[in-house]
Amino acid sequence: MMGIGPILAGENLSFGYPGRRVGQGVSLGVKAGEVLALLGPNGGGKTTLLKTLIGLLAPQAGRVVLEGKPLADFPVTERARRIGYVPQAHAGAFAFSVRDVVLMGRTAHQGLFASPSEADRALALAKLGELGIAHLAEQPYTMISGGERQLVLIARALAQEPRVIVLDEPTASLDFGNQGKVLRQIAELKSRGLAVLFTTHDPNHALRHADRVALLGRGALLAEGPPAEMLTVESLAALYGAAIHALHGSNASDMAFLPA
Amino acid sequence: MVARRAQAGLASGLGLAVLILALGIVLAFSVGRFPVGTGDLLTALWSRLSGHPSGLPAATEAVIFNIRGPRVLAAILCGAALAVAGAAFQGLFRNPLVSPDILGASSGAALGAVIGIFFSLGIFGIQALAFAGGLLAVALVYMIGSAIRGSDTVLVLVLTGVVIGALLGAGVGLMKYLADPYNQLPAMTFWLLGSLSGTDKHDLLPLFGPVLAGTLVLFALRWRMNVMSLPEEEARALGLSTGLIRLAIVAAATLVTAASVAAAGVIGWVGLIVPHLARFLVGPDFGRLIPTAAIMGGGYLLLIDTLARSAASVEIPLGILTAVIGTPFFILLLVRARRSWS
Repeated sequence: MMGIGPILAGENLSFGYPGRRVGQGVSLGVKAGEVLALLGPNGGGKTTLLKTLIGLLAPQAGRVVLEGKPLADFPVTERARRIGYVPQAHAGAFAFSVRDVVLMGRTAHQGLFASPSEADRALALAKLGELGIAHLAEQPYTMISGGERQLVLIARALAQEPRVIVLDEPTASLDFGNQGKVLRQIAELKSRGLAVLFTTHDPNHALRHADRVALLGRGALLAEGPPAEMLTVESLAALYGAAIHALHGSNASDMAFLPA
Repeated sequence: MVARRAQAGLASGLGLAVLILALGIVLAFSVGRFPVGTGDLLTALWSRLSGHPSGLPAATEAVIFNIRGPRVLAAILCGAALAVAGAAFQGLFRNPLVSPDILGASSGAALGAVIGIFFSLGIFGIQALAFAGGLLAVALVYMIGSAIRGSDTVLVLVLTGVVIGALLGAGVGLMKYLADPYNQLPAMTFWLLGSLSGTDKHDLLPLFGPVLAGTLVLFALRWRMNVMSLPEEEARALGLSTGLIRLAIVAAATLVTAASVAAAGVIGWVGLIVPHLARFLVGPDFGRLIPTAAIMGGGYLLLIDTLARSAASVEIPLGILTAVIGTPFFILLLVRARRSWS
C-alpha cells in the first residue's frame, strides 16, 4: 500500500501561524520516485505549507500523513530519519567545516550524548562525493559560495538517509550555472527513488524537472497535475496576476515561459 | 593538506591554552608578598602526593596549601566556568557577542549578594544568596520567555533577559541606596566588581561541584550544541528536540555562571572574550571548543587575578581589570580577525 500511495501527504490542510491563517483546504501528496513542484506568488503560502508538511508548524485543521500514519505520531527523531529538509542557503553564525555541516544530518541517527562515529564521517564524505563537492569537505561553510552551500545542504539532507526530500526554493539567489547543478541533483534524487518536493519561483524549473506541479495562490490549491497540462499562459497569468509569454521551440515539447 | 592544518589547529590551540594556564600558575605562586618558586611548588605538591616530608619551611607550605593555592584554584575554576558558559550561550543564541549573564545570571546573583550584605549575613550566607539569586533570575527569565508564544523563541528569551536584568539592576540600586554608606556600601561595590581576595579552601568545594557538573553536561551535549547553533527550524528538522536541549544548556551554563559569581562576584568580559579566542584557535566545534575555552579561561583569569593583587598596593577589583584589558583586546580582535567567529 505504501508503495502506491504517497509517502508524505497533507489531507485537507489548513495552515498558518498562531492567530493568522495562511491557507486552507489543501490536499497534496508526493510519492517515491516522484518530483512535485510547488509554484505560487510571493506570500501565497508556499513556505508555510512546506513547514506544515514537514512538521515544523502544526496544522490548524486537517492532518499530515507520513508513510500512512499521522505525522504527529512520529517523534522528532523519527521524522528526521524520513524527511530531509533543505532550507534556503544562509551563511550561518559560526565557521563549521563543510564536513561538520553534513555530519549534522546524522544527528537523528545518534544517541543524545553521542558524537559522529567513523561510519557517520565516511557517510558524510560519501554524500559530498555524490554531489561532486568532496573537495570542499574541510572548507569553512561560511567561506564557500551560495551555490556550493545549497549543494552542501542537499548533502546534509541526504546524510539523514530520508525517504522524502523537501527543498525550499533551492534555486533562489543562485546564478544560472548553479541553478542547473541543483536541478540536476533533483533529477538524481528522483532516480534514487526518493520522493522530492520543492518550491520554486520559476515555472520553467517545474516544467522541466517536475512530474507533477501544484499551483498555490492565496493559500488555496488552484490546480495540480502534470506540468505540461497545468502550466499554461492562462494558468500562470491567473496565478501571478500578471501577463505571461510562452516561447516555443521547434520541438512541440520544447517551451519556456517569460514574464511579459 | 587542509585536513592536516585543521588537526594542527587543535593540537596547537590546546597547547597554547595549556601554556597560558601553566604560565598563570607559575606566575601566581612566584608573585606576591611571599613568593613561592616553581621548584618549591613542585616539591610541596610531590610531598603531598607521595607522603614524604618536603623539607620546606612550614610557612611556605601554608602559603601553598592554605593561602595562595585555594585562590589560584578558585581563579582557574571561575575563569573556566565563565568561558565555558560564554561559549555555550554564544552557540545557543547564535551570536558571538553574547556573554554568560545574557539571561540575568549575574544580575540575579548580584541582587542576592547585596541583600546578603545588607542583612549582614556571613560570607557563606552571601554566597548562598548569590548562587540562588542567579539560578532564580534565569529560571524566571526562562519561564516568562517560554510563556510568550508565537514568535522567535530565542529572541524573546534574550529580550526577557535584558528586561529582567534591568529590573534586578534596579533592585541592586535600591539596596545600595538603603545600605549603610560606611560599611555595607563599600562591601557591596567591591563585591559587584569581582574579587577573589577572601577565598580560602572552604570556598572550593561549593565552586568545584557545580562547575564540574555543568561543564560535564555541556561537554556531553557537545554535538547537540553544534546543531543548536543552526536556525531553530533546521535543528528541529534534523531531529533535535530543541526545547529540551535548550533547557539543558541554559540550566548547565547558568549553574556554572552562578557558582562563579557566588565565589568571586561579578566579573565581566571573560565569558565574552575567551570563547572568541578559543574559537579562533580550534574552530566552532564544541567538542574542541569547550575544553580549550575552559583551560584558556582558567589561565586568563588567573593571570588577571595575579595582576589584581600585585599591580598596586591595594587589591584592584577583577571586573575593572578584565574591562580595561578586555576592551582594547576585543577591539583588536574585531580589527584583525573580523570573521574569526563567522
